[in-house]
Amino acid sequence: MTAFAAPRARRRPAPGQSRGSTLIVYFIALVLIAVILAPVVYLITGGLRTNAELTTDPAGLPASANWSNYLDVLGSGVFWGQVVNSAIAAIATTVVVVALGLMAAFALARYRFRGRGAIYALFTAGLMFPMTVAITPLYILVRDLGLTNGLAGVVVPQIAFALPVTIVILVPFLAAIPNELQEAAAIDGAGRLQFFWRMVIPLAVPGVITVGILAFIASWNSYMLPLFILNDPASFTLPLGTQAFSSQYSVDTARVLAFTSLSMIPALIFFSVFERRIVGGLTGAVKG
Amino acid sequence: MATVSQHLSSVRPVPADESRGGIPAPAPDDADGRRVPADRARARRRGRASGERVPFGELALLIGPALIVFVAFVILPVVMAAYYGFFSWSGYGVPTEFVGVRNYLTILGDPDFREALGHNAVIVVMSLVLQGPIALGLALLLNRKLRFQSVIRVLIFVPYVISEVVVGLGWGLMLQTNGAVNGLLENLGLGALSADWISDPNLAIWTLMAIITWKYVGFAVILFLAGLQGIPDELAEAAAIDGASYWQIQRRITLPLMGPTIRIWAFLSIIGSLQLFDLVWIIWGQYVSSTAGTSTMATYMVANGRNAGSYGYGSAVAVIMFLISLVIALLYQRFVLRRDTAGAITGGAR
Repeated sequence: MTAFAAPRARRRPAPGQSRGSTLIVYFIALVLIAVILAPVVYLITGGLRTNAELTTDPAGLPASANWSNYLDVLGSGVFWGQVVNSAIAAIATTVVVVALGLMAAFALARYRFRGRGAIYALFTAGLMFPMTVAITPLYILVRDLGLTNGLAGVVVPQIAFALPVTIVILVPFLAAIPNELQEAAAIDGAGRLQFFWRMVIPLAVPGVITVGILAFIASWNSYMLPLFILNDPASFTLPLGTQAFSSQYSVDTARVLAFTSLSMIPALIFFSVFERRIVGGLTGAVKG
Repeated sequence: MATVSQHLSSVRPVPADESRGGIPAPAPDDADGRRVPADRARARRRGRASGERVPFGELALLIGPALIVFVAFVILPVVMAAYYGFFSWSGYGVPTEFVGVRNYLTILGDPDFREALGHNAVIVVMSLVLQGPIALGLALLLNRKLRFQSVIRVLIFVPYVISEVVVGLGWGLMLQTNGAVNGLLENLGLGALSADWISDPNLAIWTLMAIITWKYVGFAVILFLAGLQGIPDELAEAAAIDGASYWQIQRRITLPLMGPTIRIWAFLSIIGSLQLFDLVWIIWGQYVSSTAGTSTMATYMVANGRNAGSYGYGSAVAVIMFLISLVIALLYQRFVLRRDTAGAITGGAR
């Protein structure tokens, strides 16, 4: 292996870029894409087939596109109801967590007061408490508050569990805003809260988008919490509803494939729109 | 990506205390936030910058809501789990039947729990062993000028964005006895290789590992790519001039400099593996997962806690899970991350 790269490496500034190895790289990349996309393609094309086709040749492609499975799912209120539920839960979670997170991060980043370090440490420690560990008492708490079977029972705990990462990302952001800006604002007669409202929020937009996307995706894909909290099918979110649909119509594989594909599409659209932010946010979340 | 990283890197000249896990400080002031009288004039002259003492009401308004929600729905449930764990309780009314550590003794003596713990251990180790080298290899491959590079990067991340439910249902259908994977093998003339991927206890855990790798390797690749881009090209160029081969450069220069990124990824992977629930629950469900050998601590907790109506018992399992995760996390921080938290967390790689 060393042999073919070494002589070229000596002459070229960017080592390992020889023609042969570049071909190998493209080949590996192609295989990689195939492995990644095959299941996704199978889900989508499987929804275009009939159950008879799926039984005789489970791995084949649709003989002719049969849209009835997709149209059935799209024509039923069940799917759209779940999309709406998921959207409400995700948007409510995102908006509130960003608002609460910004306020707390502003105070933690720019005020000096006793207990500041302790409160910051408390939120940071929250990163260590995944929802799995707290789910049983959390369910009892939500039930005792009378929030089961409503989206509020899902949204409020999601806000709480999204706060640590939001604050940990936002505090350095807000701390980096130069003091001179605040001083200039003070000279112009702006108080601290006005400074927060007029200057900090606009300056924090990139950070806000990052934490907002993280909270939105976590809520959109969330499964365990709705599984515990939501028992009424009318309040199901998309992940829970997709699973319920698949057990209800387990013999109708083609329809299950169609439903599953459709439930995947909103996340894929959201991802393709915000791809740069998501990738940057995740690397930033770890490194920043 | 660009904007976020730029902003994050603009934060980079961090105060010294942040690198030790402290909070990034605002403008330098005296340590405890109170100003000695002699300083007062100077402070007033500097204007109303952040170093000023603030009214309690304003602080409460800003931090209060977040703190209340966080304490009520994150800290309190964890504390309550520790309390309920000492009771035999069906979840209604006030827990009264105090049983001491009996729940804990039952859990630790239960072969099902020990099996689940063993599966978690396998998942932790195999996730590192499988995803680490694959992701590192792919990141090295993709960290060069390629056509369609950005397309590949986006695609590699797709499985990570798709929900666990969709991934679980999709793979579950494909891996059925008469599913697409066996069908494909038959079409290729490899029918002899077809198997009961999900229900065969000898295979199931490997099936799970394959699905986990498919779903999460993209995350590792993206992290590693970010780390690789922080390594200056000049180092590789200098080494190449000194006669180092491509593989020598990767081995001696790239890999050591990637250390902090790899260690942070490993930490996230370990914690995630210990908490694994969704995929197993969706594909195998409560009953099959224990016979097929894919049960985890979390599925054991839900099956024997909430689904059995034993909330005290379920809480005790949660406490054990929490303690195991905490101990592993602390040991990892102490022995693995300590020397480079400065580099990894505050972004030495960029």
